[in-house]
Amino acid sequence: MSNSKLKKLTPVQQEYQKVAKRREPKRPVLLNSVRAFLVGGLICTLGQGIMQIMIRWGGFNEQTAGNPTVAILIFLSVVLTSFGVYDKIGQWAGAGSAVPVTGFANSMASAAIEHRSEGIVLGVGGSMFKLAGPVIVFGTVSAFFIALIRLLVKGG
Amino acid sequence: MLKGHQSWIFERKPVIVSTAAVVGPFEGRGPLADDFDMIHGDSLLEQSSWEKAEKTFLEDAAKIAIERAGITKEEVHFYVGGDLMNQITSSSFAARSLTIPYIGVFGACSTSMESLAVASHIVNAESAKYVLAGTCSHNSSAEKQFRYPTEYGSQKPPTAQYTVTGAGTAVVARSGQGPVVTSATIGRVVDMGIKDPFNMGAAMAPAAVDTITAHFRDLRIQPDHYDLIVTGDLAKVGYEIACDLFEKHRVPIDLTRYKDCGMMIYDYGKQTVQSGGSGCACSAVVTYGHIMKRIRSGELKRVLVVATGALLSPLSYQQGESIPCIAHAVAIEAEPEDGVRR
Repeated sequence: MSNSKLKKLTPVQQEYQKVAKRREPKRPVLLNSVRAFLVGGLICTLGQGIMQIMIRWGGFNEQTAGNPTVAILIFLSVVLTSFGVYDKIGQWAGAGSAVPVTGFANSMASAAIEHRSEGIVLGVGGSMFKLAGPVIVFGTVSAFFIALIRLLVKGG
Repeated sequence: MLKGHQSWIFERKPVIVSTAAVVGPFEGRGPLADDFDMIHGDSLLEQSSWEKAEKTFLEDAAKIAIERAGITKEEVHFYVGGDLMNQITSSSFAARSLTIPYIGVFGACSTSMESLAVASHIVNAESAKYVLAGTCSHNSSAEKQFRYPTEYGSQKPPTAQYTVTGAGTAVVARSGQGPVVTSATIGRVVDMGIKDPFNMGAAMAPAAVDTITAHFRDLRIQPDHYDLIVTGDLAKVGYEIACDLFEKHRVPIDLTRYKDCGMMIYDYGKQTVQSGGSGCACSAVVTYGHIMKRIRSGELKRVLVVATGALLSPLSYQQGESIPCIAHAVAIEAEPEDGVRR
């Protein structure tokens, strides 16, 4: 915790936070990174494999093979989410299964399943983007600014 | 009768004539499985939502406890209960089907002992003959309300806790056979500025220590008055901090056995629960299932149960508020051997 945050707390609270911090088990960052690297890499390798299959046997070329590949990965992720497996993979893999396209599909499918009890429109429709929404918002906003910077630097 | 600053002595010694602990399949695989009255093989209980399932757990536990007490639900004067859901719907909806006059209470995970303290007080004041105290929680409904959708693949930090699925109830009566409630200490809200909702143990530990020290001070006793002192759901992280705080405040907790329900309910070796168990049902099922059985068998004579609760809402932590916490203590003792009771 930064010093500016600590200043707002009373001395007793500050002292307690130090006591609590000592007992807080650290996240195994190195182990998590290795797992994320392996699982994330595995998902990407799988995607690459599907893409090669699409190019060789599906009649797609390198530009068009991306879409069916992503669709298949999304489908696999939704199936694993529905069978209650993806959250277990997520606990083990961390960012490895959260970052790729499968993580995005999982965030939407899990929210849709969870809020099904509140109805199709307000439940599934209204809550499906609960977790995925911020990704789209900030993705779009940052894309706009990157495009703006490119326009200013390179022109046209 | 008020004793000290914040404690009640129940001089008429209300009797816990029966208890019930109903749990889900995950808890049924834990080390206390033999002590629970009913273990459901499915956590949805054939209901259409997690919330309905949670309510059904509570209804089951209420029915078992009333049946065990050898009475009908019409004889129960009041039902004191609460849970973690918004507007305590699980308890209120269970009260709707129980049709017992109902007092809804909320103390987050401390509701188990808050409801037992209130129920004992009502009986002690001779305002009722039988009072039902109960609470419930459900892992999936708690995840849904407080964290992420249950199937969302996020990684939990080692300080996170696993909400217990289940319900615990007790029938408190003016007379009868069973362990008695002798005193209760109502806790203050303590906030040490912890903001991380994935570290509830650290947030709640100071509240538990505050209530326990207040209990000793009010009743002028030492920890060795009890065979066992249990906190509700501090889990591994909170338990260690509580031990540190006892040492710092020179409370001789090592004169007795001190445990935590959140560490007792699951098998750390086989079950992925990070720091341990939490939720209203955690202290409720461990107390009403495991501990009450030990008191009835004579293995334990005097037990102090200190249920801990984190009084946050999903809204409050998103707005950057710290987590205020509370703990309520209830002393349960074995039935007096001479059987003399007024």
